[in-house]
Amino acid sequence: MSGLEVNGLNKSFGGLTVCKDVTFELGPGDRKALIGPNGAGKTTLANLITGIAPPSSGTIRLDGRDLRGLREPQRVRAGIAKTFQITTLFKRLTVRENIRLGVSERKRQGLKLLRRADGDRATEAEVAELMHQFRLTRHADTTVENLAYGQQRLIEMALTLALHPRILILDEPAAGVPTSENHLIVEAIERLPKDLAVLIIEHDMQLVFKVARSIIVLVNGAILTEGTPREISRDRQVRDLYLGAGHG
Amino acid sequence: MSPNPRRLVPDLVILAAAVGLFFVFPYDLAFLTRILIMVVFVLSLDLVLGYAGIATLGHAAMYGTGAYAAGLFAIHVSADPLLGLAAGAVAGAAIAAVSGLIMMRAHGLTLLMLSIAVAQVLQEVANKARPVTGGADGLRGIRMEPVLGIWEFDFIGRTGYWYAFTVMALVLVMLKVVVASPFGLSARGIHESPARMRAIGTPVYARLVAIYTLAGGIAGVAGALAAQVTSLVSLEVYSFEHSAEAVIMLVLGGTGRLYGAVLGVALFMTVEHLAAAVDPFNWLFIIGALVLGVVFFVPAGLMGVPGALARLGRGR
Repeated sequence: MSGLEVNGLNKSFGGLTVCKDVTFELGPGDRKALIGPNGAGKTTLANLITGIAPPSSGTIRLDGRDLRGLREPQRVRAGIAKTFQITTLFKRLTVRENIRLGVSERKRQGLKLLRRADGDRATEAEVAELMHQFRLTRHADTTVENLAYGQQRLIEMALTLALHPRILILDEPAAGVPTSENHLIVEAIERLPKDLAVLIIEHDMQLVFKVARSIIVLVNGAILTEGTPREISRDRQVRDLYLGAGHG
Repeated sequence: MSPNPRRLVPDLVILAAAVGLFFVFPYDLAFLTRILIMVVFVLSLDLVLGYAGIATLGHAAMYGTGAYAAGLFAIHVSADPLLGLAAGAVAGAAIAAVSGLIMMRAHGLTLLMLSIAVAQVLQEVANKARPVTGGADGLRGIRMEPVLGIWEFDFIGRTGYWYAFTVMALVLVMLKVVVASPFGLSARGIHESPARMRAIGTPVYARLVAIYTLAGGIAGVAGALAAQVTSLVSLEVYSFEHSAEAVIMLVLGGTGRLYGAVLGVALFMTVEHLAAAVDPFNWLFIIGALVLGVVFFVPAGLMGVPGALARLGRGR
């Protein structure tokens, strides 16, 4: 299969199991959301997929290739990229420099010593295109620390997209963003390349139901159910989970 | 991108200062040469600490190794200054690469302790290897051939001064190129967020070792220069004070700016020179007060003064 296959994934810390037999697939063009209450293991699962933490057992395959043993940077180069739940950017660099860094590292130019970082026309054109796509052009030369949080979340996405991933994991893209700026995130997700496989981890159900075409519900590290937004919204177990048992 | 002529202003000021000082203080050239050598050393520290954020108090490890390598090279292989510089650079880079393989896995206080330990171990090795290094008596008998076969090292230090200035200028230009390159950008990225760099596919550990190795080569050049100009290498080249003073000079001038290294060294060594002449017993008090003043009032160092004044002018 092309895309991501997660099969029987488990992760334990001593006696505490935080990921239990998780199995799902994410193909090109998918828009899948991963939801669940706090502590369900959503970010842990994302960390296992991206190689930040190793699983206790189970396999992760990308286009049929077993990713076991690959560290985070190698998985990024294989095509899996993730945005951070808490904005993690190069705050004293400008927006342009942040995105340039992503493009430059993807092109493996990071060891080039004798030419200017801003001297590659193809890189600069790509940086300009990404800034345009995420409505960041007018902030191009502003240092990131001086921008509003909503814009920083957009830079997170632009920087991650600069890596040309085939699997994009958005870890709570709207976390900390004022409700009035949520539409910026939704628009940005809608403008992502159509063939990109996207896994969205999010608490904001309105956002999830706007952008996801299928939803996985994770509880205590295990998949409770998976289905379309319509199926999930009608699922009694999920309603019990979010609204409390016996809500009527 | 078209080059901006204004970017050359600081370089022209440095050149003009070098020429002016040469004529105004013709009998202080040894001191001025020490400043130039220290600038090379602190520039290499700026790449490590200011750009990549690698905390170190043992940068003298590479300086000292470069000094001993250049001294031994001059005694046993060739007295050509440029070949000696190359030997110092290779030795400095080699020790940085080897120690960097261990050190770059550590962070924070552990890294600081390791950096100090490496320099102390090397100092003790040099001390014990007395037949080779001269031990506590220092490495003597270094005689240099004329630079490029033309300019002989003279008693007053004219050749040494211009030789050190030329090397300093070349290192400065090279580092300006490096910090503006994708490599330099990645160093700044690692300084800002190693986690994010890993998340964009950068092998952070390998990149840190590369940065440390390059800086080690430059520190080795500084050590080699010192050995060639003074014709002596003592155990002090590895001293903790040498590493610590370099950090203070960089903080005074401003980290991550390159020119901060130039300013910091010039200010620190001039104040030290004058204060020690005025009051040989309490000059450290003046240095301490200077550092406190800069850290409290201009945390970004001397390079941050224009920005601080501008903010003051705007009433912020």
